[in-house]
Amino acid sequence: MNNARVFAFWAVLLGALALQAEVPSAVAIKDARVVTVSGAELPKATVLLRNGLIEDVGPNLTMPADAWVIDGAGLTVYPGFFNAMSTWGIPDAAPAPGASGRAAAPATPATPAPRVRGPEDRPQNYSYERAADLVKPTDRRLEGARSLGFTTSATFPNRGIFTGLGAVVDLAGDRGGNMVVRQPIGEEIVLRGGGFRSGYPGSLMGLFAYVRQMYLDLDQYQQAKQTYAAHMSGTPRPPYDHYLEGLLESPRILLPASEAQQIDRVLAFSIELKQPAVLYGLHEAFNRIDELKQANLPVLVNLHWPEKPREADPADVPELRQLELRAKAPSVPSLLSKAGVKFALYSEGADQPADIKKQVKKAIDAGLSKADAIRALTLSPAEIYGVADRLGSVDKGKIANLVVTKGDAFEEKTTVEYVFVDGELFKPTKLAPAGGPGGAGGGPGGAPSPPQNTTGAHRDNADDLDLSSPNRTEGGNN
Amino acid sequence: MRLVKSTLCLLVACAALQGESILIRNATVLTVSKGTIEKGSVLVVDGKITAVGRNISAPAGATVIDGTGKFLSPGLIDCHSHTAVEGGVNEGSLSDTSMVNIRDVLDPLDINIYRALAGGLTVSNVLHGSANAIGGQTIVIKLRWGKRAKDLIFEGATPGIKFALGENPKRQGYPSDLFSGGQAAERRYPGTRLGVEDEIREDFTQAKIYQAKWKLYNEQVAKGEHPIPPRKDLRLEPLVEVLEGKRYVHAHSYRADEILALIRTADEMGFKIRTFQHVLEGYKVAKEIAAHGAGASTFSDWYGYKYEVIDATPYNAAIMTRKGVVVSLNSDSDELQRHLNWDAAKTIRYGGMTEDQALAMVTLNPAKQLGIDDKVGSIEVGKSGDLVLYDKHPLSNYSRVLKVWIDGTQYFDRDQDLKDRVQLAARKKELLDKEKAAEDAAKRQNGPGGRGSGGKPTGPPEKKPDTPNPGPPKPELKEAAR
Repeated sequence: MNNARVFAFWAVLLGALALQAEVPSAVAIKDARVVTVSGAELPKATVLLRNGLIEDVGPNLTMPADAWVIDGAGLTVYPGFFNAMSTWGIPDAAPAPGASGRAAAPATPATPAPRVRGPEDRPQNYSYERAADLVKPTDRRLEGARSLGFTTSATFPNRGIFTGLGAVVDLAGDRGGNMVVRQPIGEEIVLRGGGFRSGYPGSLMGLFAYVRQMYLDLDQYQQAKQTYAAHMSGTPRPPYDHYLEGLLESPRILLPASEAQQIDRVLAFSIELKQPAVLYGLHEAFNRIDELKQANLPVLVNLHWPEKPREADPADVPELRQLELRAKAPSVPSLLSKAGVKFALYSEGADQPADIKKQVKKAIDAGLSKADAIRALTLSPAEIYGVADRLGSVDKGKIANLVVTKGDAFEEKTTVEYVFVDGELFKPTKLAPAGGPGGAGGGPGGAPSPPQNTTGAHRDNADDLDLSSPNRTEGGNN
Repeated sequence: MRLVKSTLCLLVACAALQGESILIRNATVLTVSKGTIEKGSVLVVDGKITAVGRNISAPAGATVIDGTGKFLSPGLIDCHSHTAVEGGVNEGSLSDTSMVNIRDVLDPLDINIYRALAGGLTVSNVLHGSANAIGGQTIVIKLRWGKRAKDLIFEGATPGIKFALGENPKRQGYPSDLFSGGQAAERRYPGTRLGVEDEIREDFTQAKIYQAKWKLYNEQVAKGEHPIPPRKDLRLEPLVEVLEGKRYVHAHSYRADEILALIRTADEMGFKIRTFQHVLEGYKVAKEIAAHGAGASTFSDWYGYKYEVIDATPYNAAIMTRKGVVVSLNSDSDELQRHLNWDAAKTIRYGGMTEDQALAMVTLNPAKQLGIDDKVGSIEVGKSGDLVLYDKHPLSNYSRVLKVWIDGTQYFDRDQDLKDRVQLAARKKELLDKEKAAEDAAKRQNGPGGRGSGGKPTGPPEKKPDTPNPGPPKPELKEAAR
């Protein structure tokens, strides 16, 4: 290794970056309160991290000589928070400055697209696209997410109706591939079309017919493959279908259902499709708790609570159902928890970290216990996506994703002191005020700040970085 | 002995579960099929009408409703509705979208169900719009307000499919530069009435090939061969069902020439048209419609909204009836469906229909058209307890609906509704006040000029992830659907 280059790298890094990121061989957080999530809370214990993993947790650990020691007195250690569904990590999915919601569809090409003839043309279908191939540490939202204590996300691509294959990713790494924990974890389906004048599908019923046809085609595809494999001679060869291959690989589907009738509809649909399903949205689930309990499916609750539109016409009196929805949606996590429904919380990716903090607090104020809130942001999503053996709790052998706070997480006065992603330490930046412009990581409404390489601290990989432009190692703004 | 005992218990429990008996006594009973009974009574047990007549005694435990001075009719039936559909009534992207199904997107929480119920409507034929030659699959529902989507579906009613002729399906799309960011989209075939017929003929030709493919496959499998199964095609399956008589065709139509053209195409391809919808020039070709065996579902006096309806007349329903067509009056509207009985009354003024004939157009005739007249449509023993109690004769526009039952269960009660309104208004005020208080608190906290709680600085509110784009405002959809 070229020492001069390493020195130059560190000089650039320390000079250019607001964040401090350092990786000693071992870190011990000593005498902290540890919320393990998997077991009882430890009032005074030490967490020892090494090689990106949790080496040990307990009240009376012998401190290795090489460990950096953080005095945990007055601090609380949680597992790193896990956003159960978002686009975090996909730089192109970040909302454009000033915009909100998911990123707009890519601009239409100059030549008119030929009219779609039906489901067989696979419109708006990116079923094969992998979040694992799209995530990059340069997503400018990651710093803000980490600053709130998020270390992990179930990230899904965000184009089209069949959006692609998601991945569980850690929210730091020196390249995309290092972020991926597990993939593929599921196919996200978005039941949102172009409207009456668009091509097929242009209605909700068109979307349902399309999704149904895809899974019928999948059945036939598998059957055809089997038949062909057994009787190749004399059987015409079935075609290869990229889109069905995407579905074939997915261990589960994620289906949207927010309003009560949508929950009924999608529960029935998931049974019809014979696919393991996860429902997301769930804002009106306060009217469907029994049904969800009976269905025995995991659900993801959208933290973006419905609110009075900011530009509401004062003369416009909303319908009672809308008012009930606004009043009761934040109580959904608490109701699910009491009913024993497996659930996790998610923020799609457009919200500011400070907003997410308030949104979680709202659910707690509406009856969700703090312990259940933490579980819904740690171990529950890990269980839903089959990574609970590696993530979601402070246990020996798990990935060293931790958040260390002063005060209970998500309380207003609480501050995040340290965040560890794969054992790597991040000091959080100050959160922008809720709803404020800009903010850490340059969110919606803020000026586009250059993506910051917050992860260049792996000395082993310093040679791989483009030192001439430490801020832009993997693509710039979208 | 123990078995007998438990069976008995079970029977008793079932009777209790299935609902009670209701006796409506001393009302003017408009049976529609068997005339009017003055001071008549109707007994409903376990959802079915078990007695109709003058002197019926109430069984033990029956709810008795005094109908003195009041009128009882069968539940009204609307053969053309777009109520309770979520996310667009048209999949207008292609000229044949028979793969889409209204059943998938029923919204049991659509308030228009309750409002229709308050107008005496109990059954609706919920249709896809008319944007394309072959639209989506349709479903007959009972207006069981408060129940889930699956419980709205009329058990045993034959599902349908929407066809459309004339101006709407021959539109080749919209001036798309207005709607697709300056992009000229490839235009949709067809652009003429000839093309609409061609499209339908082509689609049925494909359906027959599809039918043959599956037949061949099944034969090969039976012979022990190993063919690759054909693809199950959701677009062609419903057309095969039409060919097999398992699915009804409801064809949106206006002009006499297009009506005759579709009859010719149907004869050629070997399927039946169950109803012509709107059919404003039906009076010109009523004999041909009757000969095909199709029904006609029209408006009482609604026309003048587009060129192809220029030759309409309010006598249409009466003329078609006299030529032997089974005629119903439909709403095609969330508003009109609340008083179909008054529309029926217009056929007495325009065309001299009898009261029974007029009422049949919104009860028994649509039931016949939908193939459910063995279950609903008139007050007869054995039919469902779908009943409407009015304060005055339902053909009077002073009449008001007092109570509505579906399968013997009360779904609307005017007195209860008036009471509920007070409560609902109070609840609404409570929620609005709470929201206001929270807003004020946030303002105080953030200081003057501060931000509200958790809102975003700019831009429209984030879209919900699971609803399709709102698309054009409702009136435009309606226009296309008419």
